[in-house]
Order: sequence, then structure tokens, then C-alpha cells
Amino acid sequence: MPADTIDELGAASEVHRGTAADAVDGMVPALVAYPRSTAAVSTVLRAAHGRGLRVVPRGAGTRLSWGDAPSAVDLVVDVSRLDSVVSHAAGDLVVTVAAGVALATLQEALAPHGQRLALDPVVTGGTIGGAIATASAGPLRYRYGSVRDLLIGITVVRADGIVTHAGGTVVKNVAGYDLGKLYTGSLGTLGVITEAVFRLHPLPEAARWVTVATPDSQRAAAAVAAVRSSQNDAVALEVDRPVPGEPVTIGVALEGIAAGIGARCDEVCRLLGDTAGARASVADSPPDWWGLLPHDTATGPGATLTHEPAALGDVLAQAPGAVRGSAGAGVLAVGLHATRVGEDLDALRVLAGRHGGSAVLRCASPDVKQRCDVWGPVPALPLMQRVKNEFDPEHRLAPGRFVGGI
Amino acid sequence: MSADLDILAAEFAAQLGEDSVITDRQRLRTYECDGLAHHRVVPAIVVLPQTAEQVADVVRGCAAAQVPFVARGSGTGLSGGALPHAEGVLIVTSRMRRILEVDTANERAVVEPGVINLDVTKAASPEGWYFAPDPSSQQVCSVGGNVAENSGGAHCLKYGFTINHVLGVEVVTPDGELVWLGGTTRDTPGYDLLGAFIGSEGTLGITTKIVVRLLRAPESVRCLLAAFPGVDEAGAAVSSIIADGVTPAAIEMMDALAIEAAEAAVACGYPEGAGAVLIVELDGPAAEVEHTFAAVEQRCTEAGAFEIRIARDDAERALFWKGRKSAFAAVGRISPDYIVQDGVIPRTALPEVLRQIADLSGGTGIRVANVFHAGDGNLHPLVLFDDAKPGEAETAEEVSGAILDLCISHGGSITGEHGVGVDKSKHMSRMFTDDDLDTMQRLRCAFDPAGICNPGKVFPTPRLCGEVPGKHKGPHPLQAAGLAEQF
Ligand SMILES: Cc1cc2nc3c(=O)[nH]c(=O)nc-3n(C[C@H](O)[C@H](O)[C@H](O)COP(=O)(O)OP(=O)(O)OC[C@H]3O[C@@H](n4cnc5c(N)ncnc54)[C@H](O)[C@@H]3O)c2cc1C
Repeated sequence: MPADTIDELGAASEVHRGTAADAVDGMVPALVAYPRSTAAVSTVLRAAHGRGLRVVPRGAGTRLSWGDAPSAVDLVVDVSRLDSVVSHAAGDLVVTVAAGVALATLQEALAPHGQRLALDPVVTGGTIGGAIATASAGPLRYRYGSVRDLLIGITVVRADGIVTHAGGTVVKNVAGYDLGKLYTGSLGTLGVITEAVFRLHPLPEAARWVTVATPDSQRAAAAVAAVRSSQNDAVALEVDRPVPGEPVTIGVALEGIAAGIGARCDEVCRLLGDTAGARASVADSPPDWWGLLPHDTATGPGATLTHEPAALGDVLAQAPGAVRGSAGAGVLAVGLHATRVGEDLDALRVLAGRHGGSAVLRCASPDVKQRCDVWGPVPALPLMQRVKNEFDPEHRLAPGRFVGGI
Repeated sequence: MSADLDILAAEFAAQLGEDSVITDRQRLRTYECDGLAHHRVVPAIVVLPQTAEQVADVVRGCAAAQVPFVARGSGTGLSGGALPHAEGVLIVTSRMRRILEVDTANERAVVEPGVINLDVTKAASPEGWYFAPDPSSQQVCSVGGNVAENSGGAHCLKYGFTINHVLGVEVVTPDGELVWLGGTTRDTPGYDLLGAFIGSEGTLGITTKIVVRLLRAPESVRCLLAAFPGVDEAGAAVSSIIADGVTPAAIEMMDALAIEAAEAAVACGYPEGAGAVLIVELDGPAAEVEHTFAAVEQRCTEAGAFEIRIARDDAERALFWKGRKSAFAAVGRISPDYIVQDGVIPRTALPEVLRQIADLSGGTGIRVANVFHAGDGNLHPLVLFDDAKPGEAETAEEVSGAILDLCISHGGSITGEHGVGVDKSKHMSRMFTDDDLDTMQRLRCAFDPAGICNPGKVFPTPRLCGEVPGKHKGPHPLQAAGLAEQF
């Protein structure tokens, strides 16, 4: 890396030479920049753009193995020093937060006001920017939706260094294209997210978890269906099936006011018991598997399987690997065996194809990813490629990490 | 009509049948405006396709001839989004009204774009499900229009907007291809083009099928109507309800002038002497709702409500809502002309902004009736005027613009649910920088490089796209007309 490049980047931000610890899918970047503001990210990207550097944005680095391996990385732009909760309008249930803030830190800041971002952590230590870029959501998505449904405004630095905004700071707003949706889940291929605005929800006065286990996939599916079509207003509806052929645990989270939650728990217990044919139990803390991916997050290998809700019985009976996730929303995480990712992924795709969904290899080591088709069929891919060409015409942002080589 | 358009009309008639193509000027005039009636343009051709393939045929014809086209659902839009193009084709979805599937086991329905919003709920309700987005126009507006506008409704405070209730759309892209964005499941791989498409106001393509989510109807719904001396007291009640951590299904407010109009129009019988009324609705499990409802009632009393009515049944609840839902049309009873605004402010700024609106009104003599979604700060000031009086329309426009300034200066938005359309495109630069708008239009360029899909809407200055396919020679037509610069 020429010295003047380092100087130019260094004028706006701390810059280090990349080390093994900075590797992205085994590739060590020449440089890592640590900007502290959106303006500094802009300067860094402008310089990188002028010099044709390939850039991978990074938060806490917890999900860098998600998606395909990039084709090359010259510069990692680490946004973890953009770490302030910019403003919290408690009366309006809105927060503006820099991308490098850890989700857990944000929740700690909100809790004293009786509020939260209704988004589960999914991984430990992850940042807000990472949650948006990977569209990570956990059990609460059943009631509150995923990142896209909570994000109301965003600041992104484009590949050419231009700072742009979309959305705003009020929940209800239809002015202009909602580019926040486009950036959500884009794995750093459209721009570097530096700030986000979210709508918040009140922390519930009371919360309970009702669980039941059954060895029978069809009964498990019936239990989930019974909760979905009941009027108990569950906030989460999860399944956990650690090993194919072994029992399935169904977990239902209820939230609300102390005065009403007992009656709702009784009703859900009865529903689950009747349908699963086993005794359901109530706890005031979640089961230990709750909200965790069914595999080691750093390297996986793990897949995301989506399906139409009514197909759950077939999915639980047929899916290989360790299955866990939001059965209510039809989005499951699958932990795979490193030795048979290809076969299992194929099996998951057959299953997903039968039930209107998809199977994506969410994360894996670079050699595994190289051997597999990470994404499977992607509808509307040509349009996505055109979007990429418009936002990053030279394909400098995380090149190759996303669908269809984007 | 130019020769090109004549040929196109003949092509469409051959493809769709004579009775699906309108070129007669008198009949074309039926379509000259949407709900924003002071913008009128007679389209060159109207087509009434019945299938997605026919829509694709029409769009392909337009693309080949580089003729602009505009989609229209029921034409209730309030920002001129469906305003036709004089030299273009208007594609009307009113013959695409089939509900293709209601599948409550999978919590979804699949509908054609012309299906009326309320008909989705009607089809799902026998089994106890419903489609949550409920714009006040829901008896007439189309689901395709809802998708294009990302429509809200009174209950979006708790349940969100159209975007939160659509799983997938089949779209005819501006080059005439049929593609699916999203599908029947969540988290489809790749960019969330579905999310970006919803709310794009018909500028990225034409929706031909929609997979909507259905929700289970709540066990219990309770609704109250509270009358306050003025908007300050009503606003304080809203703040304390929200501060309790309650998320009502809806909180709507009307001020004295809006109440007066509603009484004149539908005799809703709201408490006499009210300076403001609130409608608060809670829904959910009965065990929760009963308890929370009592707390809400208490908050209203503490804030100064002098009368609280509680709906005893659905009929009475409908009566409470009748005044509110008829409010836009109702102001016609007290004023010959009016402008409907749709600005948004942070809810906590409500009392201050309402005072400032009152000052504007006092200073200009232009009356403003306020009806709004108080829970999320979405104002609908109705700016009243008489076009027959010289200068009044201009003054009303100024007041209306000043209200948007207030919204922006309080960190809000120029539109909460009605869209930008032709009406507010000139205000977009007050919310967004040129770079922001340029970036948004990159998305547009990816979908519609030739700029023929509902041109002239949303953005104040169109961006020319890098590569323009098709038969362009010489400068781009927009450039030649001095309407755009090449970036
Ligand atoms: C009395 C009244 C009350 C209202 N209340 C509300 C309310 O509470 N909340 C709210 O959000 N809105 C409200 N509206 C506004 C309006 O009803 C909504 O925007 C509605 O969604 C428009 O639907 P439409 O079928 O009439 O669409 P149109 O007016 O026909 O079109 C609106 C836009 O959608 C585009 N479009 C239509 N169909 C398609 C398609 N198939 N593919 C692509 N683009 C398409 C058009 O090009 C245009 O840009 C109200 C309007 C009235 C008149």
C-alpha cells in the first residue's frame, strides 16, 4: 500500500495495517481505518474510491463470515468508534444511534426509560450497524417484525464517499424512497451505514415463557398453529429441535401487564398441552436456548430456512441439522455439520422449494463457502445487479459477498 | 394524439380487446384527476387490462415506443400520484379485482391490485382474520394503491403500515417484465426490493399481484370518545397514555372546527361544547384490554376530559368512528374549498405546533380544521378557503406551505401517508439534500432507466440515468425540455 494512501486515509482517521485478526474470510486487508464520525467515514471512502480500494465495512466483527467470501479486501472500515447514542426522544419513542453502538449498550441506555428496541441480539457483542447490514432478528420478530420494520431513518456513506440520508426521525413518514429497507440485509455492498433511527417500544410490565416438548413433528406443528390462530397475542413463537428425530420444544413468549398475564399463560398452557399431548410449563425467564443460533456463530456452518407457516410439520420432520427459530414467522436457523454442508443444504433447498421458501448458507468457513452455492435461487436477481451497479458502479464495496456475485 | 400514440392504441386494442382501450376524449376525462382534484391532465390513452400478462403487454408497448405510463387504482390518492400524462398511457386496475386466495392457515391472501382494501378483510373475516391497513378510504381504495403509497390508517399506530403487511408483490417492471419481489415467505434472499418498492408511488413498476398478511382478529376491542375543553388538554391526555407504556390500537383527535364539520355532514352527535375530542381504541386479549382501558379512561379524566363515552357495542363504536372517518369530505359542508395536509411531527411537539397553526390561521384569516392521528403525530390540517374570493387560494397555499415548514422545523416529515406525488415534490428538498435525492433516484434508474414509469412524481428534478436503453437519439427528452441535468 503506497505511503501516500496511508497519509490520505490517516488525515481523517486512525489507520492501522491489517493483521490476521482483521482477516475477512481468510483475507488480511492491507489497512484498517477507524473513523470516529460520519464525516470521517466519508473522507476515508472518498480516498479509497479515488484509489480503487476494495472496502469491507466492519462493526464488532461478529458476523463477518456471513454471506459469501468477498473476492478481495484492501481496506476494512471499522465503525466501532462511532459509538454514541445520538439522541433519545423518550416521549416520542424514537432513538438515533451511531452504527458502532453495541445493541446491548443501546438497550441499557433505553431501559431506565422503560423502553427498548424490540430486536433480539442474535449474536453477543454485535453492533447496530451489523444488525442492520445482516438483517438479524430473533424471537421478537414474530410480534414486532425484523430490523426493516423498526428502522425509520438511516445515514449511509456511499462508495464514492457521498453522505446520504433516507427516512427521517418520525415513525410515520412516506417522503421519498425508503432506502433503509434496501440497505437492511445488504451485507455492506451498497454503502457504509453510520447512523440509524429506530422506533422504540415500551418495556413490558410482565413477561412469561410457556414451553412444551413433543417427539411428534406433526403435533409440534399443530401446537404452533394453535397459538398462531389463538387470540393470546404472543410476542414470540419459537421451536427448538436440536437433533433430527428427537423431540421438539415449542416456546411461546407472552408480554403484557401483570394483571392479565396469568390468565393468558393458563390459556396458552392449555392450548399447547392439548395439541402437543404433553404438559406445558410456565417460567418467568426464557429457556436457555432462547434466541441463540443453533451453532457457533463465528464460522457456523449455519443456514437460514424459510417456509410457509403451515408447512412446519414437514419441515420439522425432514430438515437435517439442528433447527431453531421463529416458527411463527416461518424463519428458522439451521446448524449444519461441517462435513456435510453441501448435501444438507441441498436437502434444505428441496424442502424450502416445496414450501414457498428458501435456504441460504448464512455463515460458514471460506473453504466450505467455496464448495457450495451460498444463496440458492434468487428471484429478481437482474434487478438487484442493476441496483448494485447504480450504487457502487465499480463494485468496490464487499465485492462478491452478496447474491449473484454482487 | 400523435401518430405514435395512434399506433399504440391500435396495438393495445388488438391485444386487450376494443372495450379495454379508451381514446375518446369525453371518456378519457373520467380519469383526468385523482383525489387531488385541482391537478387535471387528460391522458392520451386509458387501458383497462384484466390480467398481469395484459399489463406486461401494455408496458412493453410503451417501453418500445418510449411512451410514459401511469398506474391508477381507485383514484383516491391525495397527492396526485395517479395524475395522468398528457402524452402517455393510464393503466387502470379496476378490472383486476379478483381475490385469488385466502389461506388463513398460512395467514395470507393473494389479491389482484384492483381489489378494494375492505374486501380483503371481508373475505377473511368469516374465519376471524383481517387485513390490518385501514385507510379512511378503505371502502374504495385499491390494495395496489395501498402498496404504491404505503398507506396507513387509524390503526397503524399499533399495527404498522402497508409495508408491514405485504409479503410479496408480482410486478411488471418498466421494461415490461413480470418479476416477483418477496413471495409467500419472509426474508427472501437478496436485497429487500419489496421493501423499497412499497411506497414508491408507482414509479418503479406496476403491481399485478399482492400477497398480503392476514392477522387474527383481536379477542377484545374497546373504544372510548373523550371530550376536552381544548386541544391542549386532549394532547396532554395522549402524552400521559403513551408515557404509561400503553400502545393503543388508535388515538385520533379532532378540534372544534373539524367537529363542527363532521356534525354538519354526518350528525355524529359528539359531546356539545367540545374544543377537542379524542377517540381511543384498545384491542388485544380481554384480560389485558379491560385493565388498560380503565387506566386510559382515568388519564383522560385527569387531563381534563369533561365527558367520556364508552362504546357498548360495535354499532356505537362505528358511530364514534363515523365522525372521524368522514372528516375530510365533511369540511365541504363548512367551506367551498380546502387543502388536505399530511405533515408529521414528533408527537411531543403537538401542543406547540397546534398553537403555531392557530397563530397562522389567526394572522391570515384562513381557517384550519385539525383532524389527526394523534398517537403518531400525523397531522391532517384542513386548510379552508373559497376559490371564488380573489387571492384566498394563494393565501391558503401559503398557510399550507407554512404548516409544512413547521413540521420540518420540528424534525418531522412533509407526508405521513398520502405520498409526495406531484403535490409535494417541490417540498422534497426541504427534507432531503440533493445527494439524498440523487441516491434515491439511483434506485429509480435501476428499475426505470428510461424514466417512463410515472414520470414527474416524487422528485423535484428527475435524474438522468447512465445508460438509457431503447431508441434514444440525441439528447434525452427530459434534458431537451430543460427539466433535468445529466449527473
Ligand atoms: C377520504 C379519503 C380518506 C383517505 N384516508 C387515508 C388514510 O387514512 N390513510 C392513507 O394512507 N391514505 C388515505 N387516503 C389516500 C388514498 O386513499 C390512499 O393513498 C390509497 O392507498 C390510494 O389507493 P387508490 O387505489 O385510490 O390509488 P390511486 O389514487 O389510483 O393511485 C395512488 C398511487 O398509486 C399508484 N398505483 C395505483 N395502483 C398501482 C399499481 N397496481 N401498481 C403501481 N402503482 C399503482 C398510482 O400511480 C398513484 O401513484 C384517503 C383518501 C381519501 C379520498
